[in-house]
Amino acid sequence: MEPLITVKGAAAAMPVPHIDTDVIMPKQFLKGIDREGLGQKAFFDQRFDEQRRPRPEFILNQAPWADVRFLVVGPNFGCGSSREHAVWGLMQMGVRALIGTSFAGIFNDNCQRNGLLTVTLRPKEIAGLTEYAGDPKRNVLALDLAAQTITAEVAGAVYRFEIDKRRKDALMLGLDAIGETLQDAGSIRDFEKGRRAAYPWL
Amino acid sequence: MASTPRTLYDKLVDANTVKRLEGGEQILLYIDRTVLNEYTSPQAFSGLREAGRKVWRPEANLCVVDHVNPTAPQRTTHIDDGEAAAQVAYFGRNAKDFGLEIFDTLDPRQGIEHVVMTELGLVLPGMVVAAGDSHTTTYGALGALGFGIGTSDIEHYLATQTLVYKRLKTMRVTVSGNLGAGMTAKDIVMALIAKIGADGAVGYAIEFAGSAISDLGVAGRMTICNMAVECGARGAIVAPDQKVYDYLKGTERAPKGALWDQALAYWQTLKSDEGAVFDQEVALDANAIQPQVTWGTSPDQAVEIGASVPDPTTETDPVRRAGMERALAYMGLQPGTRMEEIRIDHAFIGSCTNARIDDLRDAASIVRGRRVATGVRAIIVPGSTAVRRAAEAEGLDKVFLEAGFEWRQSGCSMCLAMNDDVLEPGERCASSTNRNFEGRQGTGARTHLMSPAMVAAAAISGHLADVRKFDRS
Ligand code: SF4
Repeated sequence: MEPLITVKGAAAAMPVPHIDTDVIMPKQFLKGIDREGLGQKAFFDQRFDEQRRPRPEFILNQAPWADVRFLVVGPNFGCGSSREHAVWGLMQMGVRALIGTSFAGIFNDNCQRNGLLTVTLRPKEIAGLTEYAGDPKRNVLALDLAAQTITAEVAGAVYRFEIDKRRKDALMLGLDAIGETLQDAGSIRDFEKGRRAAYPWL
Repeated sequence: MASTPRTLYDKLVDANTVKRLEGGEQILLYIDRTVLNEYTSPQAFSGLREAGRKVWRPEANLCVVDHVNPTAPQRTTHIDDGEAAAQVAYFGRNAKDFGLEIFDTLDPRQGIEHVVMTELGLVLPGMVVAAGDSHTTTYGALGALGFGIGTSDIEHYLATQTLVYKRLKTMRVTVSGNLGAGMTAKDIVMALIAKIGADGAVGYAIEFAGSAISDLGVAGRMTICNMAVECGARGAIVAPDQKVYDYLKGTERAPKGALWDQALAYWQTLKSDEGAVFDQEVALDANAIQPQVTWGTSPDQAVEIGASVPDPTTETDPVRRAGMERALAYMGLQPGTRMEEIRIDHAFIGSCTNARIDDLRDAASIVRGRRVATGVRAIIVPGSTAVRRAAEAEGLDKVFLEAGFEWRQSGCSMCLAMNDDVLEPGERCASSTNRNFEGRQGTGARTHLMSPAMVAAAAISGHLADVRKFDRS
């Protein structure tokens, strides 16, 4: 996993609730056996019409938002299916952080495992960021993960966010989670032995 | 000193905690078992291969082909779509190379993963099961903690038998009273989702309790725990009772003999302690629940069948209003239209939510002696090959076929339309599934969620219909 430390770039706003993973990565693109080629597929059905022409009304098809690093999203972003393809697609599209009031559980974990930061802020703060993201003159944001801040540079607004220390370290160091856990292989084995002795039918 | 009363969820998590991890709120959680499917697992196996890692405990895994296989009435392994065929082939190779049990398309035990796991007795009370599918919450109906994970976590689980886990908050949903005639578990859970919202239980594990839950059979409880993920719950449990023990007793893989007695003694202890405090309490009155049906593109956009399509201008929250407007445009509906006037092109009874034998019996009681309306394509996809056999033994296949339904083989099918069961843009479907998301059943396709009996009533009527207006036989 690539370390995530600082990011600067454009933001786009998607201020509707419950944007689900079927919308983020439609099922016709889940048939691979690798992670490749998903960047062009994210939001496919919203991005293209039936003749595969870009829909001009879709935000990421408009020039100021064609290459964004941040999405400012509505509540419960990433709900629905567990498909990690949604996260792979967003990252391959260049997105490094999602900012919203809440994220769905499985999706949030999937983001963490891939180095895509999810930042949770209060509704008022999200309303502010949504406004900046919607204005091409003010939509550049800067993330400083060490300082736990998002800065809307032109607007001059700084937002501090909370993050679990372990999550933060994993993102900043780009750790291999399995390698980390396998350092505890002994404890897992002991636990397993005890569990099977106590509950022999398992 | 007496210990603090604990919820059942906390007991299950405590019992499977290997250790607390430093520097945060996370723990290392031991996972007792999983089920794998062909579409969320390939990259996990590739990860193991690249790192030269083995599967920690091969016997704790079952592989089931269910998402991409065809469900044509005549069983076939042929898949036109080359990519889907490659997924199934790679799945088979992974099972073989890593030594895991697999049910492929032709296996008489094949079916939708969650239906297969439960009907075989592979999920037992007290277990912690994580799997690469969000509807793993289904297993809570048996008193197990089940939750969905992504592909990276599948790989982590396969290599270590554990997950890095953060404890959830707890919510108790008490459903008191009695369900009215014609109402089902699906109506309870849809009413809950409409009440608390599609994010109402984000960050929570739900325990379902109350007389209306005890009255349900195990299959109904599975419907409820299954769909609890649609309000964001990452775990949904019902304390096990005699109905659960009776259900498990007849299954192939449940413990037998002395082990059964020992297990049963333990299972009987699995309940929240008296006085255990939940972070949130929600109450529902079963007597007040009416047949539910969705009008929008999020599972919480549901109303009673007798109601009309709601008007976004009455919604004061701007984000919610934007969501409603978008949903109505996608669904091609006008505010004020009576739900019962909405005509359908398709009727689908299937999925891990509602395609067990109980569901098929319920739907058949509406269908018997009637005909599918002209212009409606109606299909039944049993939850598993075993369910299909059981239904045929009772003659349910004939009931459906005589009425004009297609009687198909098992798989996920039109629940997510990854195989060739796909709707065309603009087509409208009454569906016993769990998600009415944009594009879920096909790009541009429109889904209305409801109970299987309500789907049957819609198929016969040609439009959404109130199941209570039908005599049953
Ligand atoms: S039936 Fe639907 S919800 Fe259930 S596992 Fe299959 S695709 Fe997922």
